[in-house]
This record gives sequence, C-alpha cells and structure tokens, in this order.
Amino acid sequence: MTEVITPSQTVGPFFAMRLPWPDGPFVVPEGTPGAVTVVGRLLDGAGNVIPDGMIETWQADPEGRFAHPHDPRGPSAAGYRSFRGFGRCPTDPDGSYRIVTLKPGPLPSPDGGTEAPHLDVSVFARGLLHRVVTRMYFPDEAEANAADPVLSSITERARRDTLLAVAEPGGVLRFDIRLQGDGETVFFDV
Amino acid sequence: MTADVPVAPADVTATDQAVNASGPAKLALPSYGRPRGVHPPLDFEGYRSTALRHPRQPLVLLPQRLTEVTGPLLGNDIITPTDSDLTMQHAGEPQGQRIILEGRVLDSDGRPIPDTLIEIWQTNAAGRYRHAREHHPAPLDPNFTGIGRCMTDAGGKYRFITIQPGAYPWGNHHNAWRPAHIHFSLFGRAFTQRLVTQMYFPGDPLFAYDPIFNSVPDERARQRLVAQFDMDLTQPEWALGYRWDIVLRGRDATVFESEVDDK
Repeated sequence: MTEVITPSQTVGPFFAMRLPWPDGPFVVPEGTPGAVTVVGRLLDGAGNVIPDGMIETWQADPEGRFAHPHDPRGPSAAGYRSFRGFGRCPTDPDGSYRIVTLKPGPLPSPDGGTEAPHLDVSVFARGLLHRVVTRMYFPDEAEANAADPVLSSITERARRDTLLAVAEPGGVLRFDIRLQGDGETVFFDV
Repeated sequence: MTADVPVAPADVTATDQAVNASGPAKLALPSYGRPRGVHPPLDFEGYRSTALRHPRQPLVLLPQRLTEVTGPLLGNDIITPTDSDLTMQHAGEPQGQRIILEGRVLDSDGRPIPDTLIEIWQTNAAGRYRHAREHHPAPLDPNFTGIGRCMTDAGGKYRFITIQPGAYPWGNHHNAWRPAHIHFSLFGRAFTQRLVTQMYFPGDPLFAYDPIFNSVPDERARQRLVAQFDMDLTQPEWALGYRWDIVLRGRDATVFESEVDDK
C-alpha cells in the first residue's frame, strides 16, 4: 500500500532562525589538508542576487564512497572522521554562499559506468515552493566529465557548462546558481 | 495508516543484506518513487515571489545513483534536551496556548524512518517571528524564540512541546494573512527524501485565502499538511495535543511505474 507523501512548502523568509548551523558550511573543518572552498552567488531571473536563500551540498568522500547503508561497498577504510559529506550555507546580503569541503572521488554507476566527481546541490528560498536540485562538477576533470552519464545526457554545451564550477585564483571554485533566465542553471528531477 | 503495526525500519531490509553479502562486484541500489502532482509547481501565479525564482527550462530527469540514494545520517549528539521543548528555552514561560505536537516520520510504504533530524521554526502566539527582517507590529515574547529540533526514535516518532503560533500578515496581496503554521525541515535517510514543508492547524478559516497552502494541487496531499487535534494526546490542566505524521518518498521502484501509467 502506498500513502500520499507530504508535499513541500516554501522555506519562507525566516528559516534563518533555525536552519543555519555554526558549522554548516564546513563539510570539513577550515584548514583541513586538501580542503577545497566552493563559493558562488544565487541569482534570480532579473539577475538580482537572492539574499534569503540557502544552499545545501551532499557528496561522496575522496574515495567516492558514502558511510551509509545504501552504499553496498561500505565506508572508506580511511574513515575521514571529520568529513560529514553534508554542507549547508545561507546566502548573505550579496547572495553569496561558501562551502569548505574535500573533493569527492569518482563513483561507480549501477549501469557499469563511472560518474565524475560531483556535489549534489539543493537550493531553498522564499519564492521556491519546492527545493531545486542541481549538480556541481569540477573543472579539472575534463576526461571524467566527458564520460559522466549525467553531463553527457545534456547535449547543449551552454546548458551543460552551467554545471561546471570555475577555478579562481587561490584554489577557490566558483559555482554561481541562476534560478531563471540567461545562463539558467540546469536543475534536475531527482 | 496502520499506526501501531511494527514494520522493519526503512534502512534494514532483506535486500540490503543480500546486496552487502554479494560484495563490491555488483552495485544494486534502491530506487525512490517520483510521485506526480503532490508537490507544488515552481511557477505559481498566486505566490508572487515565484515569478523570478522558478526555472523556465524543464527539469532534467536524473536517474538515482549513489549520491541520490544516500544522505547525511546525523547523530544524536547535536541535540540537547530543551531543543524539543520550545517552552523551556528561557527563564520564564512563553505567552500563549501550550501544545504537544507528536507524530511519526514514515515512508510511503508505511516504514518508520528512525534517527532522522527534524528542525522547526514558528511565530510566537502573537504571530511574530523572532527575526531581524520581520516587521509585523505584534509583540515579541522575551520567553519564546520559536525554534526547535529533535531526532525521531527507533519507531520514527517525534515529539515537540511548543505554543500555538499565530496568523500573520504578509505583502503578497491586499489583506494577505498566512494561516498559523509551523515550518518543518526533514532529512529522511536519503538525498531524495529531503523535505522542507509547513504544518497547519485543523479548521483554519484562512486556508481558502492562502496561495502557499493552495499551491499543492492535490486535495489529499494538501490535507497531509494539516495536523489533527488529538484528545488522547491532550493533557488535563496543561496542554492541547496535535498529531501530525510526515510521509516521505518510499523505496519501491514499481510505485513510480504504476503512477506514471495512471497519468
């Protein structure tokens, strides 16, 4: 028997009372060896920044594994004790967010292929009645990205490129998210 | 829903155990259903803020792989005892009607979802949020912040003690008022199950006028957002009881196929 699921409602303008965590942006603690910083801005259909949104990220560890019962391979031997896999950051008055994490490894796909390293990204905001979901891929993985089943399913180059972070000086990755209009980010039905 | 029949927790099934035993050679993953017509559309004319914030391109179907069928499993160590009692977070008691809010988190196959974080936020009894950008001229309550969290237990059960939130005005249209509600954020056990929603109180006269409540296209799904008054949960001389179960996406791949066929 299947029950009707509970529908989504907007996160509204006041989620900042509860949802931001002091350590939310830190998938690993700042200064962790090998950490990468992802920054970006959340933009609306008029090109204006969205100062009341929230970004969440979920990803594999550097070996492409998850400490979760649904990963049949089990957790990495290394353990990555300080690595949570999950990041959460509200956007600030400039519409900006920042996540500190470790680069995930490539992942095996059930069809026998390999997924390139990526983050699953959820966006919440006033005016979004349901979260929107996208993926962030890494700019230094040209070969893996070309073979990735999700990226290669998006045939239009300009659209596909909205899923690629851009390397900035200092080892920072920029991943802007445009909810609507020119350069609209590809969003997924998961 | 059969409330008290014990069912195996959603993470522990014979399928999982068989997969684990088969080793890394085979990658068999669960699949979560994609119910149609339950969630609100991203573009909804009655809610003005959706106008510039909804994607115009169609969503791209993402087959569920490892990243989607896993999710953060947060430990109990992030919870403190007063997190789930919003009336005990200050020196004095807050103003308003004390309520007990209890329910279970289940998947659509009725399996309880244990050990999952629930985060809530709400107005005080006067309909005012404790937030810098809130301008409703109603009083703040020095004894009420309006935030809580708890983990579901092994049976998927949660329980909060709080006060009845108030309705409040907003700028969406002339004389717009939100029905009293409590915001809920849930993780479930997988990225696919992540849910942010709002819980409403039964019989609210503002339902008919609220575009956010009415953005849910399906009547049965809309009623999922409304808690039930529960006299058994009500405590004499102390607090009213409300019961609200939250149903997250289930793991049966055949559900997806049959629901698509129905359309």
